[in-house]
Amino acid sequence: MNKFWIILSHTYMTKFKTKSFLISTIISLVFIFAIANIQTITETFSGDTDKIAVIDESGELFTPLEESVEGSTDEMDLIAFEGAEEDGKNAVQDEEYAALITLSLNAEGLPEATYFANNIAEAGEQSVIQQQLQQLKVAAATQQAGVDQETITEIYSPVTFSKIALDDSAKTAEELNQARGIVYVMLFLLYISVITYGTMIANDVATEKSSRVMEILISSASPVTHMFAKIVGIALLGLTQVGIIIGVGYSLIMSKQEELTGGVFDYFGIQNTSASVYIYAIVFFLLGYLLYATLAAMLGSLVSRTEDVQQMIMPMILLVMIAFFIAMFGLEAPDSSFVKITSYIPFFAPMLMFLRVGMLDIPFWEVALSIGILIATILLFAAIGARVYKGGVLMYGRSSSLKDVKKAIALSKKE
Amino acid sequence: MTLKIKEVTKRFGSTTAVDHLSIEIPEKEMFGFLGGNGAGKTTTFRMILGLLDITDGDISWNGESIGYDKSHLIGYLPEERGLYPKLKVRDQLIYLGKLRGMSKSEVVTELEGWLDRFKVPEYIDKKVEELSKGNQQKIQFISAVIHKPKLLILDEPFSGLDPINVEMLKEAVVNLKEQGTSIVFSSHQMDHVEELCEHLCILHKGKPVVQGSLREIKKSFGKKNLIVHADFPVDFLKDFAGVLHYKSVTEGCELQIESETVAQRLFEALHGKGFVRKFELEEPTLSDIFIEKVGASYE
Repeated sequence: MNKFWIILSHTYMTKFKTKSFLISTIISLVFIFAIANIQTITETFSGDTDKIAVIDESGELFTPLEESVEGSTDEMDLIAFEGAEEDGKNAVQDEEYAALITLSLNAEGLPEATYFANNIAEAGEQSVIQQQLQQLKVAAATQQAGVDQETITEIYSPVTFSKIALDDSAKTAEELNQARGIVYVMLFLLYISVITYGTMIANDVATEKSSRVMEILISSASPVTHMFAKIVGIALLGLTQVGIIIGVGYSLIMSKQEELTGGVFDYFGIQNTSASVYIYAIVFFLLGYLLYATLAAMLGSLVSRTEDVQQMIMPMILLVMIAFFIAMFGLEAPDSSFVKITSYIPFFAPMLMFLRVGMLDIPFWEVALSIGILIATILLFAAIGARVYKGGVLMYGRSSSLKDVKKAIALSKKE
Repeated sequence: MTLKIKEVTKRFGSTTAVDHLSIEIPEKEMFGFLGGNGAGKTTTFRMILGLLDITDGDISWNGESIGYDKSHLIGYLPEERGLYPKLKVRDQLIYLGKLRGMSKSEVVTELEGWLDRFKVPEYIDKKVEELSKGNQQKIQFISAVIHKPKLLILDEPFSGLDPINVEMLKEAVVNLKEQGTSIVFSSHQMDHVEELCEHLCILHKGKPVVQGSLREIKKSFGKKNLIVHADFPVDFLKDFAGVLHYKSVTEGCELQIESETVAQRLFEALHGKGFVRKFELEEPTLSDIFIEKVGASYE
């Protein structure tokens, strides 16, 4: 068997069998399961209705308010409170009621209310009641002014505002929303994967170095073979994990398609996106991974102790984070020149060019150029990485800084 | 299958780690590298293995350069011992053995044989971190020889082992040599080299200060050790011409002398002075040669 495959399968199998792999996969699946069942879950937790005591001094507001509140939410019950205001406050303090409201009519005959609760941090209930009361007030006020009901309905109906792109190939507003969803999911996946698997590679290299098994390894297989076998091995591990997560996630979504339409998943637009977006997602995902993985392996080869790995890969993680934040900004403004420029900068390209491809309709040569730049950078980093790796794995020192890159290259040179 | 190191130089920036080293190591021989810390032994080994690029010169084995295509023929025990701490001995050696071109079943058969030989068969299913340091070293040694290499490089193989384990490992090394493996090893324990090697090289600051066959080296060194035990004071001997070092011991003295003829003169001088219990002329030890050669260039 080829040495590349021996190292690759060893890396894959030992990582696959670790508890942390199992646990992180399970946690992700639980997370997806939770999202898919989000409606059921929220319903379970907010099952009990709050009782709210109402003292109606006007004698005519309680019934319409109760009706309109019931119509808008079933999480609270308005109950007419027979007693003085003080008794009501005491009852709230004894947690017999969630809150107390006193209703009255002012001099103009319009409703007024005071809301008492143990704490007024929870905005939900107050605002529902406030809104309904506001409507009552508007109704009362307009009635007093002699405006008929139809006019009021007309006033409140939303304005007709449709968005149409004139460019034929541009995405329609609906498509854009769907694209935003899939782009968001993909950016997030790339972000998490690069950080997770990049750290894994750097750690793995550093562990082999600190346990000094490295010298035996590179005496039987070349450092370059070793480095790339490791990168590909962990890439396959990542694909396995992401594959399991996407597979389970997809089947969950399909099985719940009916009840989920109009929910979270419509926003993510997972159900109907064109195939080319998926292909670009895979291409940019792989390129992004390779770029950062090569960087991670190189950085990992520079540290002598596993404790120093975090410190060493910090600059890389920062780059990923910056790319992610630019991309988050770009989701709202994919057309901006800032996004356009950054989509050609290697470290940001995987996220930002994908964002542009997904959200806009850009000429193919732009995508090709960005992919070209990415591939060139990956090759460059692979060449530098291989040199650094060759020297780095033999280098043991106390310091762990990026200055060591120079030392490592010097060590791998002829003199 | 001769290993030829021709005029090899290795520079790291401005420092020269190995300076014009030329050695020929014949097949089925045991060759010893001696030298203090930083003498260039490990650097030389790493160059032989191709882990470091040679600045100048040439290393060939059987007329060919050593590349990764030959790694199944080469065994290496690095100075800094290292195995995967969390892996079981079996999995560990299967991985390392496969990288040296073995199949899984070959590794297991060989491994069981070696563990039996080292009287630790129960370690096969233990994680390396659970083993004591000496036992880890045995596993490390097995990983270097499991694929029956033709060329075996051992960097300080005996350091950190108790005497029983040293003997066990020495026996294994000698056996390998008898089976036809060329062995290169480094040590700063002179007695091991003296016991095992026919040929050796003493490195100092990257330069070979002494090299050749053990017998030749001792012969050409000239100086000899003389032990005299007598019932009368012998301190007058230290004033004789040709006596280089004089050390008084309880029963007499130990001398280092320039040549055999000095011994004859001393023997005559002792004659008639009283009862001489012991008069023994000894070959110089490697340790003497080492101190002399390396110590001299320190000054």
